[in-house]
Amino acid sequence: MDQRLVDSSLFTGGAAPQLVGGRHRRTGRVVFPLPAGNDEFEALPLPRAGRLWSYTVQRFAPKSPPYAAADPFEPFAVGYVELPGALIVETRLANVAFDELRIGMLMELAIVPLRVEPAGTTVTTFAFQPTRNAAA
Amino acid sequence: MSAVYIVGVGIHPFGRHASRTGRQQGEFAARAAMKDAGVDWGAVQFAYGGSDSAGNADTMVEQLGLTGLQFINVANGCATGGSALFGAYSCIKSGEFGLGMAIGFDKHPRGAFDPRPADWGLPDWYGETGLMLTTQFFAMKLRRYMHQFGITPLALARVAAKSFDNGAKAGHAWRRSPIDLESILNAPMINDPLTKYMFCSPAEGGVALVLADETTARQLGRPQVRLSAVTMRTRPPGSFEVFAPSLDLERGSSATVVASKAAFEMAGIGPRDIAVAQLQDTESGAEIMHMAENGFCADGEQEVWLAEGRTCIGGQLPVNTDGGCIACGEPIGASGLRQVYENVVQLRGAGGARQVPGEPKTAYSHVYGAPGVSAVVVLER
Repeated sequence: MDQRLVDSSLFTGGAAPQLVGGRHRRTGRVVFPLPAGNDEFEALPLPRAGRLWSYTVQRFAPKSPPYAAADPFEPFAVGYVELPGALIVETRLANVAFDELRIGMLMELAIVPLRVEPAGTTVTTFAFQPTRNAAA
Repeated sequence: MSAVYIVGVGIHPFGRHASRTGRQQGEFAARAAMKDAGVDWGAVQFAYGGSDSAGNADTMVEQLGLTGLQFINVANGCATGGSALFGAYSCIKSGEFGLGMAIGFDKHPRGAFDPRPADWGLPDWYGETGLMLTTQFFAMKLRRYMHQFGITPLALARVAAKSFDNGAKAGHAWRRSPIDLESILNAPMINDPLTKYMFCSPAEGGVALVLADETTARQLGRPQVRLSAVTMRTRPPGSFEVFAPSLDLERGSSATVVASKAAFEMAGIGPRDIAVAQLQDTESGAEIMHMAENGFCADGEQEVWLAEGRTCIGGQLPVNTDGGCIACGEPIGASGLRQVYENVVQLRGAGGARQVPGEPKTAYSHVYGAPGVSAVVVLER
């Protein structure tokens, strides 16, 4: 099955991809995503794990466009995850029951399917899921 | 520099009106405001007006009359009405003109707003993956706030119930039936923790205000309601705004805090001096957070305020006396001016069943919107 990322510039390559943020060369401010075509920011791979900062559940189907994901619509969780030393990133939340979501829970980066295109290609995007061996 | 008075107000009822365009609702409001002020279109020396999705305001000269007046279109998102009012206020304060108008109207399709990422400087994936929804932002800002400051779902329901109670008493409101706390809490979730009845809906409507300098206001017999502050501000560093793929670790304040402080400085009074307030209530949590961001209470005190009914009509600080956005809906271009309309009605003592008792002398209004803008207006009588 063919796969492609919804936007390849969001991730570093390799077996354990990281989200690519941007660090302002003068102020040190970190943002996500890396602003395109802006020399003031240098690429910064972001931590793969952090803590849930806030969350909600998207209960109704967003209008399309711009929304382009699995049809029929299934409610999904979204949140902000605080990545230590970097920033707080907005993200879909995956592999977690809605009623198990708690501010402060440990989360890690995952790549999840977003939609399957007519030609059979699966489009993937980033999400955060509960850390599997969350001993901390 | 002249003092600036609001000498006429007009509103087209909010809601859904299949037979009228957004601009026609603006014209309706403009005619009503002129009638209220006792002036005709020929006396209006200038206007500022705008909508978010219902076209250019200045084309209404075709219907109102080709007097050649100066008419400036304003497009400033959720602060469109506030920005139009700032323009009109500044024109009169500076002495450039003696009488003018601020007009806002809108007409949106049903359902949540569907912004395009490119219009907001965001990449396409942000919309494709289902992150570009205003309702998610409201829910997540609120969830964090509830966690930090101990606000409960019951407090959210109390705000909505108050809005529907007040809306039932306002002729221009859209939702005019009271809804009890249990129905609000048990309604379907839209974006947790917010249920269907806690959100406002995009809607339609129009509002116009006639402004005048002191001399003209006295000639018209309307030197009562004075604009003592009009501010519009954008976001400071570290704020939490709509459509933010990331937030800074170091948290800051908000566009509302900045606009509010500037308005109180300009007016020379403080939050404790305000007798009635209209606060942006895109959903009931927004009203709660904006109570603190505008300086009316400390973070977390809202729980007690709401339990004791302090923001009900007759309470210590009545908030959203016409039911706010929750009962009136949100036509973006008109919404901020509706708040000012309601405050003028309250200061005139013309609120009828929703009149704030005790002859209020000061009134405050606040809008907030994407991508981090806020406008505040202080009126005194």
